[in-house]
Amino acid sequence: MLMTMIEALNHSLTLELERDKRVVVFGQDIGVNGGVFRVTEHLQEKFGEQRVFDTPLSESAIIGSAVGMSVYGLRPIAEIQFAGFLFVCMNQLASQAARMRFRSAGAYTCPMVVRAPYGGGVRTPELHSDSLEGVFMQTPGLKVVIPSNPYDAKGLLASAVADPDPVLFLENIKLYRSFRLETPEEYYTVPLCKAKTVQEGTDVSLFAYGAMVPIAVEAAKQAQKEHGISVEVIDLRTVWPLDEEAIVASVEKTGRAVVVHEAPRAGGVGAEITAIINERCLYSLLKPVGRVTGYDTPYPVPGLEDYYLPNAAKVLTALRQVMEPA
Amino acid sequence: MAIQQIDPGMVPYQILDVEGKLVGEMPDLSAERLLSLYRYMQLGRAFSNKIIALQRQGRATTFGSLAGQEATAVGLAAPLQPQDWLTTSYRELVSLMVKGLPLPTLIYAFRGFTPEHYPGENHCLPIQIVIGTQMLHAVGLAMAAKISGDKAVAVGVCGDGATSEGDFNEALNFAGVFQAPVVLVVQNNGWAISVPRHKQSAAPTFAARGAGFGVPSVLVDGNDILAVYAVMQQAVERARAGQGPTLVETLTYRIGAHTTADDPTRYRSPEEVEAWRAKDPLTRFKRFLVSRDMLDEEQDRQLIAAVEEEINEAVRVAEAMPPMAPDSFFDYTSASLSPRLQEQRADLLRYVEPGQGE
Repeated sequence: MLMTMIEALNHSLTLELERDKRVVVFGQDIGVNGGVFRVTEHLQEKFGEQRVFDTPLSESAIIGSAVGMSVYGLRPIAEIQFAGFLFVCMNQLASQAARMRFRSAGAYTCPMVVRAPYGGGVRTPELHSDSLEGVFMQTPGLKVVIPSNPYDAKGLLASAVADPDPVLFLENIKLYRSFRLETPEEYYTVPLCKAKTVQEGTDVSLFAYGAMVPIAVEAAKQAQKEHGISVEVIDLRTVWPLDEEAIVASVEKTGRAVVVHEAPRAGGVGAEITAIINERCLYSLLKPVGRVTGYDTPYPVPGLEDYYLPNAAKVLTALRQVMEPA
Repeated sequence: MAIQQIDPGMVPYQILDVEGKLVGEMPDLSAERLLSLYRYMQLGRAFSNKIIALQRQGRATTFGSLAGQEATAVGLAAPLQPQDWLTTSYRELVSLMVKGLPLPTLIYAFRGFTPEHYPGENHCLPIQIVIGTQMLHAVGLAMAAKISGDKAVAVGVCGDGATSEGDFNEALNFAGVFQAPVVLVVQNNGWAISVPRHKQSAAPTFAARGAGFGVPSVLVDGNDILAVYAVMQQAVERARAGQGPTLVETLTYRIGAHTTADDPTRYRSPEEVEAWRAKDPLTRFKRFLVSRDMLDEEQDRQLIAAVEEEINEAVRVAEAMPPMAPDSFFDYTSASLSPRLQEQRADLLRYVEPGQGE
């Protein structure tokens, strides 16, 4: 069935609620309203207010109560309305949910999913567009998953719910309704911590995730067509922990790498991938790793955001740079 | 006394006055149970003194004194059943003992280690360091119990300083909105390290905060074990019966330092401390027990000696427990180790001599 990412996520949540009575879904406006993006549409009607419920406007309490619920034995799926508001609940997410297993030497765990829309290009108010995944790479105990298409979104969410540890599941706002993809109606999973090769290539490895995957594919197409560059596009899917084997295998094959993400450059996914390449396959590299990222500034106002965001032209430039003779 | 949604007032609920005389309704507790509560209070006092002594000898890490707050700590945990949950800060170790956490487990923690088999079945979350954070965990546990249709209750405990944190207020709000079977307890001991009670809030009581969230609340004399027990018993059973949350403020005092790293003479007067020593919860309860012929001086000496021996034995057990393996901090980061963490662990082990740490 052709589904948007919104529909695929809604399908996934429906299946989780059907499959496991421990699953509860909650957050701001997720009940009657079905979520501000409609990801949770009709769930309350189908499963009742006991399992699908609106909360007061309290991000810290949403995550803090999810910590308690997951320790008790439920499988909470909490929604933070926009990823920018994760800053409000950093303590509950980073120092509590992510560390419960550690703090209790494994006696208590927090198998919970925190869903949050993120990403730019849709002219939202401040802090509705920020990409915070880099912040959570230094949060041991937490996984960060970012799907790039409806099929992966459905299967990755199923894996996130099944995971024995907390998962931050970031959903790109621009991808929510940008295209439909054939997506099975039945339950299936897409594994966490495994990257996917979107297209094979021989000259450059291009690493992307979320909304940067279609941009990477577009840039790769232009690179092939206009410059004869064969680009291997890899969708990371889980950005923490990274699928290092996939990264290294691809770079060993191509000898060149470019990373693209919306988040700021410093200390982020691109920086970490560059370090992994340095540590594990530096001598396969023919040129320094290229990074196409957001700038190390606050995410700009809507009128300027297109300048901030990576696009196919910026990625193409980086691809051409790594192809220049050393 | 019935907990209702009313103004908690300014007069703390009391059953025993400072002299140990009965001034309220005696809760339904056998002589054996009363003595058991008293023993736990003595255990808490002696435990606190012992760990502070060990810290001075370099045998324990930083430790926060429990002295003066034993009535609240014992009274809030005593009404709990095994299926009930308790989330505390570091000031309620005696509550954890009442809930069944073994002494050697606690002492091992103050050697700087987490026991390999942390006793999860006691339903006590690890002591919380980030102030106020645990109150939301109690609410979440209680919400889960309600959703699951279980007759379990959660109790969250924090201090007066925590009432200034967002999480404390959000916890009260969630508790009220979801009618969670939870009791939120504020141990008001007068001081948040060096900041006095009146600098945390202009409100005359913290209990009054309940009204703003639609949560019934009670102000109780926190140095009166019988009052704390009676109020908690009622609040816990209200929650169990589906009647929703309660906020309890216990008025008590931290006789000792905030922690072994703190010098309270810098910020409070000896006169203030002495005035509160005169209201010592142990003395008060002892006077009551003696007046009821449940305890005499000789029995009291024996009880204290037995408690001290129990602690010394627990220290021996905890100090004989092997230290955690040097690489064990990798074990509980996540359910399975990523290849990267496996590699980092192997890297660490290259720097560990065989048998090191033992």
